[in-house]
Amino acid sequence: MTSPVLSAPGAVQQSLLRRRAAGGKSLVPFVTAGITPDWTAYVRACAEHGADAIEIGLPFSDPMLDGPVIQAASGQALARGARIADLLEEIGASGPGAAPGSTGVPLIVMTYSNIVRRHGDEAFCHALAAAGIGGLIVPDTPLDEIEPLLAASRAAGLELILLVAPSTKPHRVSRIAELSSGFVYAVSNMGVTGVRDAVSDTVQRTVDGVRQHTSLPVLVGFGISSPAQAVEVSRHADGVVVASALMRDVLAGASPADLAATVSSFRTALDGTDWSAAR
Amino acid sequence: MNSSSGPSPAVPAPIEQPGTSTLLTADRSVMTDPGALGRFGGFGGRYVPEALIPACEELEAAYREARADPSFQSELTQTLQVYAGRPTPVTPAARLSQELGINLLLKREDLAHTGSHKINNVIGQALLARRMGKQRLLAETGAGQHGVATATAGALLGLDVTVYMGEVDTQRQQLNVFRMELLGATVVPVTSGSRTLKDACSEALRQWVSQVDEAYYCLGSVMGPHPYPWMVREFQSVIGSEARGQCAGLLRRGVPDVVVACVGGGSNAAGTFAGFVDTSARMVGVEAAGGAAMTDGSPGILHGFYSQVLQDDDGQVREAHSISAGLDYPGVGPEHASLGSSGRVEYTTATDEQVLEAVVLLARSEGILAALESAHALAWIIQAARSGDLAAGSTVLMTLSGRGDKDASQLMGLLA
Repeated sequence: MTSPVLSAPGAVQQSLLRRRAAGGKSLVPFVTAGITPDWTAYVRACAEHGADAIEIGLPFSDPMLDGPVIQAASGQALARGARIADLLEEIGASGPGAAPGSTGVPLIVMTYSNIVRRHGDEAFCHALAAAGIGGLIVPDTPLDEIEPLLAASRAAGLELILLVAPSTKPHRVSRIAELSSGFVYAVSNMGVTGVRDAVSDTVQRTVDGVRQHTSLPVLVGFGISSPAQAVEVSRHADGVVVASALMRDVLAGASPADLAATVSSFRTALDGTDWSAAR
Repeated sequence: MNSSSGPSPAVPAPIEQPGTSTLLTADRSVMTDPGALGRFGGFGGRYVPEALIPACEELEAAYREARADPSFQSELTQTLQVYAGRPTPVTPAARLSQELGINLLLKREDLAHTGSHKINNVIGQALLARRMGKQRLLAETGAGQHGVATATAGALLGLDVTVYMGEVDTQRQQLNVFRMELLGATVVPVTSGSRTLKDACSEALRQWVSQVDEAYYCLGSVMGPHPYPWMVREFQSVIGSEARGQCAGLLRRGVPDVVVACVGGGSNAAGTFAGFVDTSARMVGVEAAGGAAMTDGSPGILHGFYSQVLQDDDGQVREAHSISAGLDYPGVGPEHASLGSSGRVEYTTATDEQVLEAVVLLARSEGILAALESAHALAWIIQAARSGDLAAGSTVLMTLSGRGDKDASQLMGLLA
């Protein structure tokens, strides 16, 4: 395994650190690329209503780590004929205020290993960078298989964000924290993505385990369904990723304005909490 | 990379080496232990979420310990003998041999309990699950054969069984759903994606993530994250090991000229080839023309492993379609990808039409109703004998992986 290259923090990390320095908590909404013809409008809605970074899911036919909502969102995008190159072009398309890549909020792509491998690790990472993407998450490439992707993402200047699960053993947490850039993604529970009523009490243990090894921001995702839950887990973490709760609404017909209101409600709840007592 | 598992302990190879009459080739590096990272050539690996890594590591450690433990091996052998009907015979197909001008031997996995080779793997994994203290088996199934075998092993050992099956398949294979339920298993229809085997695999992996402490994922073929492709091949290598010894007693040269098996995920083929990989035998894997990952696929990552995958140029996985539900999987075990790329095994295809002809020919000339899956191997043999690809007088061993009773109603419609 190569040793980490020390370099200046990327756009994702900078954005999350700015929020932390200001005493706040980060909000990273997720949008499935291609879910509707006007899907980039959802990304802009997130950017304009308090997102610190935005995760864009590039659809895959067999999303092993996703629950029913994101499965349906990916399926809907693919049924519309979504193609990876077209989606990236839509992200990077120029035009005043039209392209999500031009909003100034850093973008992170989430997709599965096969999509990356099929396009070639290097070519894929370069295509993301060319589209204005700052970070990459590939949840089914674990530490043991990460090396080619790590090299390709570094060469392209992408922040490769690695995940830690509640079951991850300390020696791996340490290595993941060392190799991750942007932030460390703490998975809230042993399960798949999805909307849940309660956030697992393992969150604090997972987040604290990561913090022993890194000063990178630690964000929690999987099952963050309400502003109240976002506030709850942010007592331990630097912020949250919210995915299924948003895509559930979009699948049900929510407009970009509707989504903006939901994202705002998360932002307001996070901003309205006094974090000085936390941690 | 750190891992809890070191190099493999020095244990006897699971494949017995029979008498001196066999022709050995120099290369013994193939079909061995794939190491801590589970690599077969460049294929295999462990492409799963971090959440599943400890479970894969725990499984690998438990399997390495069990395979080195004589008491585990002896319980496995004993159970296969007194419960599953092993060893299965090798039957000389006399009348069909005469018609084709070759010497055809059939390794009769159709005579194993539950009617196919699937039981070999499932008994091994269920014994391992019990050894690991797991209370529940999770399994995916396509046509239902692996689900039935898992339900059977669960009943035998007193373990709960939950089988994930694509909703489309539960409708096509209602009889097997009933069989699983009769055996005490819970069958969960999977409604995502194409609602077939590949979606059942994804769902079983998702469920494993959320029940990993108490559940054991009993995977049905030589696929999935390490150690499954290796472990399942070893449990299935009883086919090749027995056949090697049986051929030694039946054939003047000791080994057949050609060894043939059908390939979906590739478990019966891997188990068969493991017995002959170090001989001079030509080895042929036969895929369904409508689901041929080796022939039509390209390198990709699906269900936790890197292998040949049917996919479009954007990386989206395609569905496989053939007459036999058991071969309708868009991937293939990583060791097959390696054996194909090294050239040690030839991979080819048979069409639905050729398969139907093979089923009828075998039934009428030998009194054996083969599963549609297994008939793919015979379909290639028939074409190759007719074309001269198989020289007259060649000795051919074919693994007849399962019986065709399950296909009777489908055949009624197809042959009407």
